[in-house]
Amino acid sequence: MKVQGKVIKYGDNVDTDVIIPARYLNTSDPKELAKHCMEDLDADFVNKVRPGDIMVARKNFGCGSSREHAPIAIKASGVSCVIAETFARIFYRNAINIGLPILECPEAVNGIDDGDEVKVDFDTGEITNITKGTVYKSLPFPEFMQEIIKNNGLIGYIKANSK
Amino acid sequence: MGMTMTQKILAAHAGLEKVVPGQLIKAKLDLVLGNDVTTPVAVNEFKKIGVEEVFDKTKIAIVPDHFTPNKDIKSAEQCKYIREFARSKGIVNYFEIGQMGIEHALIPEKGLVVPGDVVIGADSHTCTYGALGAFSTGVGSTDMAAGMATGEAWFKVPEAIKFNLKGKLNKWVSGKDVILHIIGMIGVDGALYKSMEFSGEGLSALSMDDRFAMANMAIEAGAKNGIFEVDEKTLEYVREHSTKEYTVYKADDDAEYSAVYDIDLSQIKLTVAFPHLPENTRTIDEVGDIEIDQVVIGSCTNGRIEDMRMAASILKGKKVHPHVRAIIFPATQQIYLQALEEGLLKIFVEAGAVVSTPTCGPCLGGHMGILAKGERAVATTNRNFVGRMGHPESEVYLASPAVAAASAIAGKIVSPEEVM
Repeated sequence: MKVQGKVIKYGDNVDTDVIIPARYLNTSDPKELAKHCMEDLDADFVNKVRPGDIMVARKNFGCGSSREHAPIAIKASGVSCVIAETFARIFYRNAINIGLPILECPEAVNGIDDGDEVKVDFDTGEITNITKGTVYKSLPFPEFMQEIIKNNGLIGYIKANSK
Repeated sequence: MGMTMTQKILAAHAGLEKVVPGQLIKAKLDLVLGNDVTTPVAVNEFKKIGVEEVFDKTKIAIVPDHFTPNKDIKSAEQCKYIREFARSKGIVNYFEIGQMGIEHALIPEKGLVVPGDVVIGADSHTCTYGALGAFSTGVGSTDMAAGMATGEAWFKVPEAIKFNLKGKLNKWVSGKDVILHIIGMIGVDGALYKSMEFSGEGLSALSMDDRFAMANMAIEAGAKNGIFEVDEKTLEYVREHSTKEYTVYKADDDAEYSAVYDIDLSQIKLTVAFPHLPENTRTIDEVGDIEIDQVVIGSCTNGRIEDMRMAASILKGKKVHPHVRAIIFPATQQIYLQALEEGLLKIFVEAGAVVSTPTCGPCLGGHMGILAKGERAVATTNRNFVGRMGHPESEVYLASPAVAAASAIAGKIVSPEEVM
């Protein structure tokens, strides 16, 4: 699978409270959640995000609350992939479980600026910065997680394995 | 090389003799937990799996505590949805308003977690039960759904950081100050993907409520779990609250740790975390003049009976500052009743504080104490992120019940010494 899009870049410790504030958690409708995605960090995000865009952030992305509404909101807003130096562990699990592609790659984060055009090949783990003409390699997922990703998330994986 | 406490518990629940850090395992679950925010999503996912029944009706707990008593129609609908699910699946441990409390205070009180258990909860502060010597960790709704259906979850076996405790806490200083100090020291991702293991001779001087507060905030250092070595105090608590069988795991003497910190409890000072990260800590003497608009005493971190007693001991016979709104919420009905019987609620009301029913409400900016633009709160809660308690331009300062109560009287952040 390959995705390509323009980069929207953030800093360290982007927490799930700013990804989707608790005042909107009285619903689990992805479209409703997407309307408020990143609201308390970047109120303009919902206006500028385009389908396929790639979110890039520094360390500990998705820290804090376990709300799965956070990766759901990002996915439903059209973001095709999140690249970070590191992810907080619950967000990491949640993203894989719901089928939001994520990659850990500190070198790519250093070499990518807001607004760059970036292409990601999930089969090879290759991240290409088209704007700057640079290529980075992220670590591949363990086989077990690749199986979950291939089944479009944990529920698909469980169904596939219970047949 | 030996195993840490967490590694031993995970190995036993995966049916393995030994596990090593980084290993991916499937572990059997002793409890699967959710609340009114995360369970609706989990129920949707559960329905997609296509199984009729949950894996074990007695090993699932659902606690509507976040936006309850229902704050609006949408929240009421979410609660109705999970209530109907719980009834239709015969889930034993569904706690309705009147029985419920803040989940991480309620679950240990109900005896649903004992030493050696493996617990997942669709709430990040599920790590609280590590205080009981259980492996307990926060997950998302899909993991909760899978756990309810299969009774299993996948884990990457974590490395551990060891905190070797010694000495005794000074007057006014509590477990909250210890964990804030530690987070200030290692940072909000200082224990990312790892266990925080607490042991040492200083353990015996920490009450269970201190330990719950400390394990609760392990997630605030990025940890997978926080876990305390089991001692006589743990077992006394377990005997008092539970009839479940338990297993005590102890780390091997030759267990490997990625870091070991010696913490002298007698050196810990009252500590406050400034906005907007729990790692922005300062000791009380470094705080300066910070005027406040609101004080919140309660939550899954500090809503237990000792916290209520501490706050009451400071508020007794005094008045909340006229510019401050003080909101006190005992974490469970049992704690509420106990605080009532001990006369603590009377002290709070006479001081000019309000006492709330158990709810997560203000902690996450849900309801029952939201901040306006530019307002500041001192809270005994666990997060001070941007917008956590209300307006994105409001501020939360995290502190212990002692500092929060004293600050309510002074109208600014102070040590109890200044108001006593």
